[in-house]
Amino acid sequence: MKSVVIIGASHAAVDAISTLRKKGWSGKVVLVGDEVPLPYHRPPLSKAYLQDQISEEKLLIRNEQFYQDSDVTLMLGRRAESINRETHSITLDGGETLAYDKLILATGTRTRYFPIKGGDLPSVHYLRTKADADRIKTQLVSGKKILLIGAGYIGLEIAASAVKSGCEVVVVELADRVLARVTSPEVSSFYQRFHAEQGVDIRLNTGVQSMEVAGAAYRATLNTGGTVDFDAVVIGIGVVPNVELAEDAGLSCDNGILVNEFGATDDEDIYAVGDCSRYHSLIYDRKIRLESIPNASGQARTAAAAICADEIAYNEVPWFWSDQYDIKLQTAGLFEGYDEVVVRGNPSENKFSVFYLKAGRVLAVDAINSPMEFMIAKKLILAKAVLEAYVIRDMSIKPKDFLG
Amino acid sequence: MALVFYVAFDGSQHEADVPVGSSVMDGAVNNGIDGILAECGGAMSCATCHVYIDDAWVSKVSAPTEMEQEMLEVVSNPKENSRLSCQVTITTEMEGLKVHLPESQF
Ligand SMILES: Cc1cc2nc3c(=O)[nH]c(=O)nc-3n(C[C@H](O)[C@H](O)[C@H](O)COP(=O)(O)OP(=O)(O)OC[C@H]3O[C@@H](n4cnc5c(N)ncnc54)[C@H](O)[C@@H]3O)c2cc1C
Ligand code: FES
Repeated sequence: MKSVVIIGASHAAVDAISTLRKKGWSGKVVLVGDEVPLPYHRPPLSKAYLQDQISEEKLLIRNEQFYQDSDVTLMLGRRAESINRETHSITLDGGETLAYDKLILATGTRTRYFPIKGGDLPSVHYLRTKADADRIKTQLVSGKKILLIGAGYIGLEIAASAVKSGCEVVVVELADRVLARVTSPEVSSFYQRFHAEQGVDIRLNTGVQSMEVAGAAYRATLNTGGTVDFDAVVIGIGVVPNVELAEDAGLSCDNGILVNEFGATDDEDIYAVGDCSRYHSLIYDRKIRLESIPNASGQARTAAAAICADEIAYNEVPWFWSDQYDIKLQTAGLFEGYDEVVVRGNPSENKFSVFYLKAGRVLAVDAINSPMEFMIAKKLILAKAVLEAYVIRDMSIKPKDFLG
Repeated sequence: MALVFYVAFDGSQHEADVPVGSSVMDGAVNNGIDGILAECGGAMSCATCHVYIDDAWVSKVSAPTEMEQEMLEVVSNPKENSRLSCQVTITTEMEGLKVHLPESQF
């Protein structure tokens, strides 16, 4: 019997499984993943799950029955060590080999470690897995001092969760604004104000030089000369794609495993999907690697369909979301390269959107508590639509009417 | 558990036992029911879990929040009884709930 082996048991893997079966794959499906739990939703780890608002059961992407119904052989808690392309097999930890006809790499990313003096203290955390979240959760107790290094989405989401738990929160960020990598100064300043109003102490242009034990707690020394005392620190300075398996097997990698519009690598029997892969975007006409659930799911569906001889080129608008307090950010598209920013609505009302244009073409939109603008933005971006700034600003025009 | 009926756009009907406390969306994805994509996994960010609540059930289902209402305005073919199924939580009173799936989630 033919066999599809999937390495990495998370968001991308689940969509690959469900698409394979829906499209009629009748061979074996084997899921190998080094985490022990069934695939679970990562986004709540910094949000609802950290605030104890959802159960472990709700965290699962699919219940156990789904894997039985889909006739999947689960090999969880197992790590793939190498790919042997000549023999069409992979080697697992422990030396066992597993044959494949088609292989899907869904290995995602891992946290980027921060080499710093004191980085191995027991109260230093990173957040990528459920196990990480379970450890951090025990620290989010009213009155505790939490230090966050890095003001990206995850750092700020943890800040919001920690504030809700009654912690005192300090965020240090090397850049001169929060979310510098993912959004414009307009949106950064909104989040800086909002977090400050909730009592978060945000220190920009600030780095941590070392950390040490100080009495019953810990102390961080800053590059600005000051110090911050804390009970626990969470470091969120980005991720690294897990490309080593592919690289060692001789597949082309460049900040991600390179794939075509169907998710295939240089080897037609090996696909790569989700955060670990990098593909040529037809919308932006350049290679992109995304860190987003919708992309992981979409690429996985594309690759699984291609394996079932149903080739549809992947061409979806990248999108992201972030929930902090009761503020919902939904981002459509990629803003790099914009030459004009247009703000629609009023940031002081905590409900506005920011359009990024290049020669009038809508590249991306950040929508804060503005789901209509977000939903329409996806359509505008896919259509490579051109919009005038005065139209975008005019609140009497409904987003729907932007489509023309 | 509550038995929920999902009626596809072509009229075919699927049923699933959905645990109390989980959502109408959870019930669909766990049981391989087509037509609900749920790209954001229930975070109310994607609007790809749109359903119509059967007329007989509308009064028994909680009302959508303002944010959900805004999202529903721009789904394809919105109606009075449109809901995001991830926001409809199954209660013990919902045994036999019937929802209709739209033609498309985009
Ligand atoms: C705290 C947090 C919050 C987030 N919030 C959002 C959000 O709000 N919205 C959003 O869109 N995205 C969010 N993301 C990003 C999102 O989780 C990722 O885009 C998504 O998980 C990517 O899925 P994936 O399947 O490609 O890879 P991953 O989820 O990274 O999974 C890869 C899996 O493969 C395993 N693996 C790797 N190598 C091997 C090997 N050799 N053998 C066996 N197993 C292996 C890994 O351990 C892991 O379990 C968040 C991420 C985190 C950590
Ligand atoms: S699952 Fe995304 S809005 Fe319901």
